[in-house]
Amino acid sequence: MTSQLLPLRVYVTVFAVLLALTGLTTFVARIDLGFFNVIVALTIAVAKALLVALFFMHLAHMKHRTQLVAGAGILWLLILIALTMSDVLSRGWFHPPAGL
Amino acid sequence: MSDGSALAHHFEDLEQQHDAATLGMWIFLVTEVMFFGGLFAGYTMYRATYPGAFAEGSRLCEVTLGALNTAVLITSSLTMALAVRAASLGRPRTTVWCLAGTMLLGVVFLAIKFLEYYHKYQERVVPGLNFTYAGPSARQVELFICFYFGLTGLHALHMIIGLVVVAVMMTLVWRRRVSPAHYTPIEVAGLYWHFVDIVWIFLFPLLYLVDLHR
Repeated sequence: MTSQLLPLRVYVTVFAVLLALTGLTTFVARIDLGFFNVIVALTIAVAKALLVALFFMHLAHMKHRTQLVAGAGILWLLILIALTMSDVLSRGWFHPPAGL
Repeated sequence: MSDGSALAHHFEDLEQQHDAATLGMWIFLVTEVMFFGGLFAGYTMYRATYPGAFAEGSRLCEVTLGALNTAVLITSSLTMALAVRAASLGRPRTTVWCLAGTMLLGVVFLAIKFLEYYHKYQERVVPGLNFTYAGPSARQVELFICFYFGLTGLHALHMIIGLVVVAVMMTLVWRRRVSPAHYTPIEVAGLYWHFVDIVWIFLFPLLYLVDLHR
């Protein structure tokens, strides 16, 4: 079997960091950082998701092929959101000249 | 079950079978990313369009219960990871206990979720049932609450499916169908459970933490 067996302390450490990050994100949300509130919240969420994927889901020790599939999923999600937002946010930037 | 009968005839060996199964599960999880992704994209679009109303709607969410549920789900992911580890080490008793703990925490999560839904019902802010929120941007707040119920509802459905999957895994371990050479079902079930955890990791800040700072 491929070596996916991690020492017990890895799981416990990841778990402790995940709990700490949950506390941190709840705490930081109460501080007014303006636009950066959402940036900080999403950065912490991405960090937590990476910890779960890399260690609990063993993605760090998977074959590159499997890592590629997971990465492709994230890439396509980003394309979905980026192209949607490029439409929504750019509406009203340009106006057709009068008479059209 | 002997290792020989766990191996399907179209695989060279158990390791190749294990790799194929985990790769297949990851491909399924990517389709799940796109499934939830559509709703996340819709959420992003409307939050950018109505930032004020989404902040207002977010205040209707109970942060303490949301944070508690995040901790509960993270703990269930730990017990799930430990179940996979115990299965790969050939410790069926520990595996069953870890899976039982995972299920218990999953049920606690759903109970807290149900309590939140009940509070929404009491506050009369359930769209289509008794949404009576007043204010200049009530319609946009209703849109946020629709996203709240849509996203958390679909997530809860995944949790229920996950509970069934984990229950099946418990019977497999109980009947000694899992060995250190063949613990693939537990690993694959774990992948699903952790994915559902990751979805919640994003739902928590996006729904509960939008507007605490004002």
